[in-house]
Amino acid sequence: MSVTSLKARVARAGQAQPPLDARSERQGRIEIEDFGLRYKTPTGFTEAVTGVSLTVEPGEFVSIIGPSGCGKSTMLNALAGFLKPTSGSVRVDGKPVDGPGADRGMIFQQYSLFPWKTVRQNVEFGLKMKGVEAAERQRQARTLLGLAGLSQFEDHYPEALSGGMKQRVGIVRALATGPRILLLDEPFGALDAQTRLIMQQILTNMWQRLKISVLFVTHDIDEAIFLSDRVYVMTARPGSIKAEIAVPLARPREPAVIMSSEFLALRRGLMSLIREESLKAMGGEINADALKGLATNFDNNDLARSL
Amino acid sequence: MSNVMASNVLAPAAPLPQAGAARTAEPQAPSRSVRWLHDLPVRSALVGAASIALFVLAWHVATTWKLDLYVRFMNVPTPADVLASAEAAWGSPTFGSHLLMSCRRIAYGFALAALVAIPLGLLMGRFRLLREMVFPVSEVLRPIPAIAWVPMSIMLWPTNEQSIVFITFLGSFFPILLNTLHGMATVDPVLVRAARCLGAREAAVFREVYLPATLPQIFTGLTVGMGVAWVSLIAAEMISGQFGIGYFTWEAYSLVQYPDIALGMIAIGVLGLASSWTIRLLGRLVMPWSPAR
Ligand SMILES: Nc1ncnc2c1ncn2[C@@H]1O[C@H](COP(=O)(O)OP(=O)(O)O)[C@@H](O)[C@H]1O
Ligand SMILES: [Mg+2]
Repeated sequence: MSVTSLKARVARAGQAQPPLDARSERQGRIEIEDFGLRYKTPTGFTEAVTGVSLTVEPGEFVSIIGPSGCGKSTMLNALAGFLKPTSGSVRVDGKPVDGPGADRGMIFQQYSLFPWKTVRQNVEFGLKMKGVEAAERQRQARTLLGLAGLSQFEDHYPEALSGGMKQRVGIVRALATGPRILLLDEPFGALDAQTRLIMQQILTNMWQRLKISVLFVTHDIDEAIFLSDRVYVMTARPGSIKAEIAVPLARPREPAVIMSSEFLALRRGLMSLIREESLKAMGGEINADALKGLATNFDNNDLARSL
Repeated sequence: MSNVMASNVLAPAAPLPQAGAARTAEPQAPSRSVRWLHDLPVRSALVGAASIALFVLAWHVATTWKLDLYVRFMNVPTPADVLASAEAAWGSPTFGSHLLMSCRRIAYGFALAALVAIPLGLLMGRFRLLREMVFPVSEVLRPIPAIAWVPMSIMLWPTNEQSIVFITFLGSFFPILLNTLHGMATVDPVLVRAARCLGAREAAVFREVYLPATLPQIFTGLTVGMGVAWVSLIAAEMISGQFGIGYFTWEAYSLVQYPDIALGMIAIGVLGLASSWTIRLLGRLVMPWSPAR
């Protein structure tokens, strides 16, 4: 190998990615101000989100929780750069978001690994887009997969992986480019309860190690409390912020924390906030008179007879 | 219905204890010696060979007895006749050159169709204006069978050879185009967004997401297109050719060399089979992630 090409390689390898712990100096502040977004539909407009203001400080873990259809995904998509706000602003480190980019990693609810790439090639993808050369990105992908305990699957195609493993690879892939911000849209919604707990643990570990800002969308109250420094509760559509709750639980948090009285108190508070909104989203409380009518039918044994 | 079947299946499996023990022990010894018979590839190869043998036998019987069952086998050559003419043809250079000529036409026509239809389909899938412009024309031309293009093709192209290649091209063009388009329309949008979030720009998204995501459909199109290419080629050769296996088959009829008709047909079948195998093999090489179909 010639001297120049060696130099070029060293230079490229050096600029490619800062070591994991050097990222702590980096920013990652999310500022959403008076954000509103409406979709154009065949019949007119759908106001999805109105007047949302929220911030995520560098290195903070913040969750958004709200009934389905309240615009959580809409907001995350605007942050990722796929949607333009109709009103207000979405800024990252002071700069308005303009299109998607590798500085904001995103994890989707649907599995989004490329089926035609092996686990390692999936993880390498972001580095490849950055122009990191093959040998170097292979090395980095191997390191990351090793940290995530996925080394033995590096040559598997995603099809051969379980749901939890796919999301784990998805997280590793999003982190490989060294983003300042990680956006997660109900990432564990499709997983079973046990796997979900493990994934939460893995995510917290990675977040603590990398010190990046995380905005996490969920409809699971326990998940939101367990993971977050702060939780925003959203109203039913058109979504706006109903409440902001700080979670003062000490870290690192053990799974047993969900049995603590502090946790349960937070849970109770959030539960009542969300119940109201979920009922609103469903079109209101079930009418008491209707229930009475149903009961009458049961008394007359109509149902029993027909069965 | 399903209950009846289930109980039929279950009944012998729940016998008396002593009888059950005897029954499970007994068939084990013979089953080991013929186990290879039940291996799927061996088994299906054997069944396949047997079915072909049966077909040839039926052919042999029908032609040697000169059956006249409304369908007349009097003039149909026997398998032995065809074998003899195959041996003769193998020795002569003309038969080989007919085959070669047809293969060359398929190669040109099909490759050209793939080279035009795949990029066009990919671009049409990506750019709406192009799709809106090309789609109506393609919808009008698509229902016209390639064979109907023969007279027009002869007028369009200076040489006979070019017009036959053009017919072959037309035959495979639309299946490839439409399948590519369909593949593009069904690319999972979340994969596109994931790529964009990882820093992929337009060209990279196209190369790294749309193309591989559409490959399975492209290969479906290629397989169908190859079939239609052969249909179109043979028809074109029969109508306007001077060489080629289609011409050979038609000429055999004109010259009353009946065994050569069957020989031509068999050659066409073998070539068609070989070309679709080639495509399937290529598909497996290009798409190692997709389970073998
Ligand atoms: N592309 C779209 N066109 C029209 N309406 C949409 C579109 N996407 C989402 N919506 C509507 O906007 C609202 C918010 O959607 P979304 O952000 O997906 O909610 P969430 O993620 O909180 O469940 C929903 O009522 C949904 O029907
Ligand atoms: Mg959503």
